[in-house]
Amino acid sequence: MAGIRFDKGTLYLEGDFTLKELDNAASEIPRIFRRNKVATVDPGGISKLDSAGAALWEEILLLAEHTEGTTVLPARPEIQAVIEQFRSRQDKQTEPPVEQGWLEQIGAAALRGWQSGRIAIQLAADIFYWAFVGVFRRGGQRKGSLSQQCVFLGLDALPIVALLSFVIGFIIALQAGVQMKAYSAGIFLADVMSFALIREFSPLFTAIILAGRSGSAITAEIATMKVSEEIDALRMMALDPVRYVVVPKFHAVSLMMPILVAFSILAAELGSLLIAVGYLELDLGVYLQRSLMVLEPSELLVTFAKSVVFAWLIVIIAAHQGFQVQGGAEGVGRATTRSVVASILAIIVADAIFSLVYL
Amino acid sequence: MNAPIISVRGLEARYGDSSILRDIDLDIRPHEVSVILGSSGCGKTTLLKNILRLEQPFAGSVKYWGEELTDMHEIRYQEVLKRFGVLFQGSALLNSLPVYDNIAIPLEQHTRLSQRVIDRLVREKLHLVRLDGAIYHLPSELSGGMKKRAALARAIVLDPEILFCDEPTSGLDPLTALALDELLLDLKSKLDMTIVVVTHELASIQRLADRIFFIDNGALIFSGTPAEAQKAGLDTIDHFFEAGRFD
Ligand SMILES: Nc1ncnc2c1ncn2[C@@H]1O[C@H](COP(=O)(O)OP(=O)(O)OP(=O)(O)O)[C@@H](O)[C@H]1O
Ligand SMILES: [Mg+2]
Repeated sequence: MAGIRFDKGTLYLEGDFTLKELDNAASEIPRIFRRNKVATVDPGGISKLDSAGAALWEEILLLAEHTEGTTVLPARPEIQAVIEQFRSRQDKQTEPPVEQGWLEQIGAAALRGWQSGRIAIQLAADIFYWAFVGVFRRGGQRKGSLSQQCVFLGLDALPIVALLSFVIGFIIALQAGVQMKAYSAGIFLADVMSFALIREFSPLFTAIILAGRSGSAITAEIATMKVSEEIDALRMMALDPVRYVVVPKFHAVSLMMPILVAFSILAAELGSLLIAVGYLELDLGVYLQRSLMVLEPSELLVTFAKSVVFAWLIVIIAAHQGFQVQGGAEGVGRATTRSVVASILAIIVADAIFSLVYL
Repeated sequence: MNAPIISVRGLEARYGDSSILRDIDLDIRPHEVSVILGSSGCGKTTLLKNILRLEQPFAGSVKYWGEELTDMHEIRYQEVLKRFGVLFQGSALLNSLPVYDNIAIPLEQHTRLSQRVIDRLVREKLHLVRLDGAIYHLPSELSGGMKKRAALARAIVLDPEILFCDEPTSGLDPLTALALDELLLDLKSKLDMTIVVVTHELASIQRLADRIFFIDNGALIFSGTPAEAQKAGLDTIDHFFEAGRFD
């Protein structure tokens, strides 16, 4: 135990002044200085001292300095040696970086956003170039990478996309079906579901699932490669990281997205079919016929065009966030979060634009 | 004296607002081993990255055979890079690929060699760095020193004209370090390679260095042969050599 005793103007320090034993001595001593007139500090009783004790000792010296007429007695020589060892060099301390004011922070954030946007556009141009124009250029691409990425970024998402689509189709059909049954307009469920699913829900849900699942994976992978200097190493091997790392993912997601959307539509239609047949008691053949009838090929075309655009947004945003990573492991986490949020936002905005253009 | 392969003039490097290197002038001569020295955190890695254009220098020029590297067109720069081999301080192996693929990548991407020849080359380079046993391991299954050696194998797989090594022997036992130093000397003498090494190991410096560049406080305070360094009478250098001595 570190002992502090205050007696007739003298502050006696006794016992072990070590990290484990200091306890409340650290808060006790300033209080004593504040409440009493300390004439003498006597560290003669200290039997053991470590760096924490030495730090406290420096604080005591400072307190004594600021108090009029306090004398500090010397400690035992072996204790004094430890104090010397740990004496902090106050004169040469590095200042922590200064926090900016809020105005500066807003300015800096705006500037960062503007620069980041410019870099993102540059990156998108790079990706498009290598994905479409330079795709047949020799070398610079990883063999077997496309099929591997198709499986990882697309096919593996199929079960979850199908399951969610089925459930959502089922729920929407149920909600619509209840209202329609009241008006005996059950057969129009086919129209509603075909339009709603194909136009909106399936592309949107699939894109959001993929943004969460594959977009985050892309960002995490690229950010990790950036942090561990693998991106630098690729550059030094005269390989373009965009072409080598991003483009296979770009191709894979662009290719798999329409396929996933198609499956999503099928699964959701299956869900609504259950409601149509089971709850509204429609004839299966009639329902299917009507579902297909309202479909126009151009409708499907827009749907698939839309889903490909969503795929591009996901990959571009994910890659951009990955390349922009700052710091170490925790930077990777931050980049991944930002990537998912940004791509979902971009997908919804793009969807709104599509809806307005192709009403 | 023959023309320098790399020549750096007035190079200044910054991270954000803090200046790391100032006014660096140095020439890397062909077929020599140039050793870059300096205390930890003084900016050796930063110097390499600025020379290689992984970081854009804040000011100054870097020339490769008299041709400016810092604003060279990307396509030309990629051509130049194929003649560079780089060993990163942190190895920087591609973590998703086994050692074999890591080393085969430059061959597969930049040459038209058959798979059989590539296979032969990969095994040979791995043998050179004494890593035959770990050929199918993933980088995560290697020790720090093994990663270094795999990365060295990757750096020399295209027989580069100039090889940059950031602390190739740090973290290795003295015997493996000796073997790697001898490998570097072989590369120099048999393949006429130019080598730039960042190292702290006094033994390596004595074995390898034709020329020494000493960085202190962001400035180049000495360049010359090891013998000249001993006689230069600069305190920092004397202390450095004194501290590194074992006996
Ligand atoms: N990405 C970065 N951002 C900001 N500062 C950095 C960054 N990388 C390095 N620095 C700073 O630059 C200085 C030089 O770093 P550098 O890595 O070049 O040192 P070094 O000489 O290679 O050291 P070592 O021998 O330990 O490898 C250090 O003070 C470091 O704080
Ligand atoms: Mg370094």
